[in-house]
Amino acid sequence: MSKESIAYVRTELHPTLPPPASAVGPVHWIRMNLFSTWYYGVGTVVSAYLIAWLAWEIFDWAILTAVWHAKDFQDCLERYVGEPVGACWGFVDARFDQFMYGPYDPASYWRPNLTGILLIIGLLPVMFDKIPGRKITGPLMIFVFPWVATALLHGPIEMTTLQSTIGIVITLVLAVGGLFLGFRGRQQYNPGQAMLGFGITYAIAVMYFLAFGFGLDVIGTNKFGGFMLTLVLSAVAIGVSLPLGIVLALGRRANNMPLIQMLCIGFIELIRSVPLITVLFMAQFMLPLFLPEGVDFDNLIRALVGMSLFSSAYMAEVVRGGLQAIPKGQFEAADALGLNYNMSMRLVVLPQALKIVIPNIVSTFIGLFKDTTLVSIIGLLDLLLTMKQSVTSTQWLGMEHTGYIFVGSIYLVCCFGMSRYSIYLEKKLHTGHKR
Amino acid sequence: MAEAKTADMNITDEVAIHINAMHKWYGEFHVLKDINLTVHRGERIVICGPSGSGKSTMIRCINRLEEHQQGDIFVDGIELTNDLKNIDAIRREVGMVFQHFNLFPHLTVLENCVLAPIWVRKTPRKEAEEAAMHFLERVKIPEQAMKYPGQLSGGQQQRVAIARSLCMNPAIMLFDEPTSALDPEMISEVLDTMIDLAESGMTMLCVTHEMGFARKVANRVIFMDGGQIIEQNEPEEFFNNPQSERTKLFLSQILHH
Repeated sequence: MSKESIAYVRTELHPTLPPPASAVGPVHWIRMNLFSTWYYGVGTVVSAYLIAWLAWEIFDWAILTAVWHAKDFQDCLERYVGEPVGACWGFVDARFDQFMYGPYDPASYWRPNLTGILLIIGLLPVMFDKIPGRKITGPLMIFVFPWVATALLHGPIEMTTLQSTIGIVITLVLAVGGLFLGFRGRQQYNPGQAMLGFGITYAIAVMYFLAFGFGLDVIGTNKFGGFMLTLVLSAVAIGVSLPLGIVLALGRRANNMPLIQMLCIGFIELIRSVPLITVLFMAQFMLPLFLPEGVDFDNLIRALVGMSLFSSAYMAEVVRGGLQAIPKGQFEAADALGLNYNMSMRLVVLPQALKIVIPNIVSTFIGLFKDTTLVSIIGLLDLLLTMKQSVTSTQWLGMEHTGYIFVGSIYLVCCFGMSRYSIYLEKKLHTGHKR
Repeated sequence: MAEAKTADMNITDEVAIHINAMHKWYGEFHVLKDINLTVHRGERIVICGPSGSGKSTMIRCINRLEEHQQGDIFVDGIELTNDLKNIDAIRREVGMVFQHFNLFPHLTVLENCVLAPIWVRKTPRKEAEEAAMHFLERVKIPEQAMKYPGQLSGGQQQRVAIARSLCMNPAIMLFDEPTSALDPEMISEVLDTMIDLAESGMTMLCVTHEMGFARKVANRVIFMDGGQIIEQNEPEEFFNNPQSERTKLFLSQILHH
């Protein structure tokens, strides 16, 4: 070998070529993914057969042999009809209102319907960028919707404070004082004072609003039931647990405030070490012990408190996981730029931490949504219990198959929806590589 | 050395940073020992030394990313104490550039630059964006303003980080090994930006091993080892005629290969 053979200079750059035809296209995809070896081929054929068989069975049960109209269980059972019978949609049809609203007053179904429509209208712009109005509906959903929903679903709430002249005077003075404090705080660039002032006024405004509502008839929470109750429970628990979980997670990491840190750790560990059923029982029997005499919450509120606290503890740990994944440099950069704790959490750390744990947050939501079925243990008529009661009525004996499948599909649709939304959100928030 | 000479005219008698008998411990470990340093406005100081010598820790004490336990630090006449008001005031005046850029990955380049001016200085968004574009032009990447940091090269990210700091109009800039995480091809683009900044009269403290940069722009080079300042001098003297044995050894190791 002579020395010259090492030296080499490329004089023309090689052009970029398209991939060879055999490496792209549907035929290539099928060959590569379904029939790459003979045993893959066998597997593909067997699986295809199984899927087709299952799809046919479902189709047969749900459509072909299904009974669409029925007066009672006799129209839906093989020994009365004389031929194989699939789903009994007649049963679902007859009991649909119960499944949706439970024992709620039928003349007032428009109230939960309107609440649901408001919820959807308010949430859509927040959930999807393409729908405008986020800046308006977002705050409305947080500060106004919960009370409007309460006033619609339940009606006015009795406020003993507002029934005496002294009570009215005190609340009005507090409200005006709050406004004064708020505006003064704003003028002096004191956000803490402004928030406290406006917070007091807001709380009193909410109190008055709840006391009068829209002047509708009161429908007791013992009349809440069915899918509507499931939605109320999960919406409240989700709405409370995310912010409360974030606060708990930040508290748990606040090394410079050992007392707050200990409180947060204690709460999270205590709640997480106890089964949800126990928390629900405790909320039902123990909550009254901690409240002053005369203050009495009804069953639904107790369940709401129990579920919200329970899910907050889990959410706190999920959020903490996200916080731990944020490199120290992000905190340092925020500090070096002069951002204070609140700003650096809100603008720099939390947006990244929450993005990382979106799948876990949604998992917690999904678990929570399904765990609402546990409230049947303390006597609340959620969707599942309503269905179970329906199939024990003499009119619809033996309708369990259809009932469970129907209720199961409602849960499936909701949970799958949440799961898809989480994937959409992850894609939307993806901004290139880490760091 | 003509540029260095003209830039020296920017140095004033005004004291920018004054560190007096400062000590710091990590638990039992004594990381910084008796640091005394006075930096005048307009000075460009390069700090070098072996790893673990406390260079980064020292400049991180200046904006309280690290807490010192003994001695005093004054920045711009403000004493650095546990008082959050003083710390915030100092951080508004002191910009910092990190080894790993530490850009905010969930925000675009422009949003990275306007975040602190809008929230800390309460600058109106439009004004902050105009200022940010001005600084992005100065670091020569205005066309990347709408991209996310993850879509940029290391050198570009570091230049954005410099622009982000400049958007706060700091009086002092700290550089903590700004080029050591970069590919060789990208080091010069960041150094050029820093040279440009030095020529504009910015007070700068740079922890770096770029000795070419030190010779070109620094008016003072500090050598640290074992948590102490071992030697400091003008760059010419420092490199050509080091006094301490430790400095000689260090220079021979980093310069001769």
